[in-house]
Parts: sequence; C-alpha cells; structure tokens
Amino acid sequence: MQKDYIHIILADDDEDDRMFFTDAFEELKIGTKVKTFNDGVYLMDYLNAEDCNLPHVLFLDLNMPRKSGLECLNEIKANSKFNDIAIAIYSTSASEEDIEKTFVQGANIYIKKPSSFKTLKKVLSEVVTTNWQYHTNGLNKDNFLLRL
Amino acid sequence: MTVYLKFDFHAVCKKVLEDSLQAHDIKYNLTGFGEVELLQKLSPDKKQDLADTLQAYNIEIVENQKSVLVQKIKDTIIDMVFNEDTEVNVKTSAYLADTLDHSYGYLSNLFSEITYTSIENFIILQKIEYAKQLIIKNNLSLTEIAFKLNYSSVAHLSTQFKKTTGITPSAFQRIISKRREISQQQ
Repeated sequence: MQKDYIHIILADDDEDDRMFFTDAFEELKIGTKVKTFNDGVYLMDYLNAEDCNLPHVLFLDLNMPRKSGLECLNEIKANSKFNDIAIAIYSTSASEEDIEKTFVQGANIYIKKPSSFKTLKKVLSEVVTTNWQYHTNGLNKDNFLLRL
Repeated sequence: MTVYLKFDFHAVCKKVLEDSLQAHDIKYNLTGFGEVELLQKLSPDKKQDLADTLQAYNIEIVENQKSVLVQKIKDTIIDMVFNEDTEVNVKTSAYLADTLDHSYGYLSNLFSEITYTSIENFIILQKIEYAKQLIIKNNLSLTEIAFKLNYSSVAHLSTQFKKTTGITPSAFQRIISKRREISQQQ
C-alpha cells in the first residue's frame, strides 16, 4: 500500500508559489509525485490528453492568465472522466463569497495560501491525508468539503 | 425527475459477494463482515479470476496480515458509528482491544503506520461523515443528530464538524442543496 504514490497537480502562474508547493511536498514523509503548470490552458491540455495519468488531487489557483481556476473547475466538473479527482482551490482570497461559490461549483477543498512555509506543509499534509481517507475507505466524495 | 434512494450497505456488499462466489462455483461460508471462509482450495488462477470479478465492485482481497487487522479496526469502528444497534458502553479503546484481541497500544501504532492517520481521527472522520449523511438525507435537526451520535451537546458536534471540515454544518447544508438545485436545472 505504501509503495503507491499519491499524484498531485498544481496550476498556478506564480513561480514562487509553485516552488514552495513542490518543496513542501518533498519535505513531507508522504510518497507523492507533484507536477505543476503555469496556467489553466496548459493544465487542461494535459488533462484532456488521452493517455493522461490523472491526479488524485488537483490544486487550482483562482487567478491565472488565459484560463482561470474557475473556468478549469467548470470544465473538469462537466466531464465525467474527471469524477475521481479531488479539487482543491488554492487562492490568496478568503472571502466567504468566493469560498461558498467554488464549493457549490464542485470544489472539494478550499485553501487560503498560508503565509509561512511551516503552515503550508501542515495544510498540504492535512489535505493529502484526508483525501487518502476518502480514497481508501470508499467515502462519498460528493460530501467531501474541507476548508483550511 | 429525481428519486431518492436508501441503501443498506451491509446487505448490498453481502449480495455482491454471494453472487460473485456463486458465479465462480466456489463453496463458501460467510463468517462475518468482510470475512469469507472458503470451503475448498483455490488455484492461483481461480483466485485471480475471483479477485478480478470483485475488483469491478472495488472490493479487494486483502493479503497482508497487518492490512487485515487494520481493515478489522476500521470495520469495527464503522459498525460502532453507523450501526445504532451496536451499543458500546465502555471506552472505544477498551472495546477495540477486547473485540480484536490485541492491546490498544499495538492497534493504535499499527493503524497510524498503515493509514497515515490515528484511530481517534478516523473515528471523528467517520462520525462527521455520518452526520453529513443525516443532514442531507433525513432532514434531522442538529439536536437530533448530536443525540444519535452520542455527542454531549449540539455545540460539541458543531465545533467538531467545523474543526474537521472547516465549515459549519449549516454552510454544509446550504452548499449541498445549492449543488442539487444546479444539477436539477441541467
């Protein structure tokens, strides 16, 4: 069971955020494989490719050039091929309105980007372990909502 | 048109198992939840065939002894949380140790090693999942749900719900019903 990797993807246009994100996962003890994309267009091209290895968890920044996180979310939710992916919104905004809107549109997790690396590690570890519980225990993903 | 369904998961799983075993002409004896005694030896090929059939239902044959025990811990907890007929008057740790015949310390270490989480967290997660189901399906009030799940007060349930999921029970209810409205419009 431990030899299985957890596949993670992040789409974020901010280079520093992408680097912190990858570094955080490298320091966690959980076996993960992390891929990153600079914007929504690259992300959707990758996901729509036929032989694509779908991630367990997908992190979406809301504000990206060319295609925003919300547009990606809607495209992903409209395609049943992506039903098993847990979607995490990874944003600097923490307005109640944004949060509830993305949940209603089908996001499972909402994370306000933490300001310290230590918190980031803690938050990402919690996301991955909670998602793992849903994944391995056959819990109903439709009821999976988590805000951090 | 939308139809709401109510499931008995135990009955569904049992039926799937029975059908699959019969389809492969295997003589068996269901000994308990998640445990089947086979009354004949299976060749590796036949075992693989059975595993493939069950895989379609996401049922997995557990091989490793440690994983078997972890699965038993999970089953015991899920039964405690979801099955209202199972009444537990002793502490959960004592109940688990007693039911599974190992010390709680051993069970707890093993569980954390295999699942990346603790038994305590697993119990809380399951209780909150059950609370979510009750909120969605039965339209029960929080007071009733708190009582059903053995919480000392509504406040305790709300706090644990918020701590586990980051949102309040009422926000959860609002989000799910909005999602339903949207999917019905489509």
